[in-house]
Amino acid sequence: EDAEGERLRLSAGAAPQGRLLCGPGLRRSGAGLLVTTCGLLRHRPGGGGAFWVDSQQKRYVPVKGDHVIGIVTAKAGDVFRLDVGGSEPASLSYLAFEGATKRNRPNVQVGDLIYGQFVVANKDMEPEMVCIDSSGKSSGMGIIGQDGFLFKVSLGLIRKLLAPKCEIIQELSQLYPFELVIGMNGRIWVKAKTVQQTLIIVNILEACEYMTAEQRKQALAKLSGN
Amino acid sequence: QVWQIRLDMHLLNHDGNITDAASIAGIVALCHFRRPDVSVQGEEVTVYTPEERDPVPLSIHHMPICVSFAFFHQGTYLLVDPTEREERVMDGLLVIAMNKHHEICTIQSSGVVMLLQDQILRCSKITAVKVAEITELIQKALENDQKARKEGRKFGFAESIPNQRITAFKMESAAVDTNDVEEQAGEIIAKADPPSEIFATPVLHTPGTAQIGEGVESSWGDLEESEKEEAVEEEGESEAAAFECEKVETEDTSTLRETKTGEPIVLSDSEEEEVVILEPQELPRKTR
Repeated sequence: EDAEGERLRLSAGAAPQGRLLCGPGLRRSGAGLLVTTCGLLRHRPGGGGAFWVDSQQKRYVPVKGDHVIGIVTAKAGDVFRLDVGGSEPASLSYLAFEGATKRNRPNVQVGDLIYGQFVVANKDMEPEMVCIDSSGKSSGMGIIGQDGFLFKVSLGLIRKLLAPKCEIIQELSQLYPFELVIGMNGRIWVKAKTVQQTLIIVNILEACEYMTAEQRKQALAKLSGN
Repeated sequence: QVWQIRLDMHLLNHDGNITDAASIAGIVALCHFRRPDVSVQGEEVTVYTPEERDPVPLSIHHMPICVSFAFFHQGTYLLVDPTEREERVMDGLLVIAMNKHHEICTIQSSGVVMLLQDQILRCSKITAVKVAEITELIQKALENDQKARKEGRKFGFAESIPNQRITAFKMESAAVDTNDVEEQAGEIIAKADPPSEIFATPVLHTPGTAQIGEGVESSWGDLEESEKEEAVEEEGESEAAAFECEKVETEDTSTLRETKTGEPIVLSDSEEEEVVILEPQELPRKTR
């Protein structure tokens, strides 16, 4: 029986066993799933099976647990306001840093870059960030150092770069040594030894959006050849 | 009874200067729109459907177009139509909306820049040129669309996007010749001395006048011709001060002197144009 729209079966064959994980782009509604973004449907057979929609977008929507790079825009008493690229600024308490106490405050200025994760992120409330994990350790989060270059890319490229054993990063590390912080909100921070090297890495990462693997290897070969 | 029209703008993607793009999109949408034809006989108002009578365009008297200017370094540098990165670091922004009859419709200044009268006049002249070009482009596009509709060809948003090609994140590559970057960089590095370490010890010129931090260059700068001349003058003055300043015969001054002489690239961070050091002559006698 067809309702207004077309109902499609996710997988031909028997219904999956166990719990099915519903990833980004899909939402449960009644007995079925609704698709909320346009893109390719992906499936991971591990566990009970996971389905999600792979979509390309630049606009970030805060999600709990995501590690993002935020820019401090204001200090309001005990709380910092961070711009994370979403519809609202996120809040970050000064106590949410490793080793921070009321006496020992972190040295955060307006305009600083912070790498942290969301503890509260839903459509009804202002997002909240922290720079410690559940055990109280910073595990790489906190204030990002001086200099370097911050730029924005699409979320699809971010996911590609964060995949384990990403080729792009491996090839780039052959070129120059550099520091890299990747935020799930589309922001990347790079710092190399000199300005020139930093800008070269920035340009390559931005170009990776639309370069094929071959073109990238050629570009890197030209650079390392010189 | 009147018509009410609502204009919704959806931003799909941008690389800065949304104001200008949005103003063009808005005015084109309004010029392109057709409303149902109406006839009024006394109190009777008849609204015709698009099938009965061709819809009529709105009465657009003029086409105001916004042009944005970004200012840097307290008004020294001016950029028309800034990109996203330029917008993030600009000091001030000036937006002028003008139509092709050179009438200014809107002028808005924001940021921390104090603008001079002749700067604003220059900007309005640039705006006039740009607006003339853009208005012509708009007219041509509207005519093409009208022709396409008349001749029965395909038209609309879907048609303006090329198929089978990914253009969403395409950027025209600016050709940057990185072939001899290393050689050029090598030359510059060979000529220049390495930047001195930041010494916190202040240089005491006279009792009450001390100097910290002179002689440190940032490697992030490019040198303009005028800045070079000023930097050279500064070098001369501070060199003189360094020589007369007996007290500081430590490594600090010697590296100071070395980096100053023969240093082709100096970025002067100092806000002041001239470095005037009070009573440099009397120092040796007094400190002894």
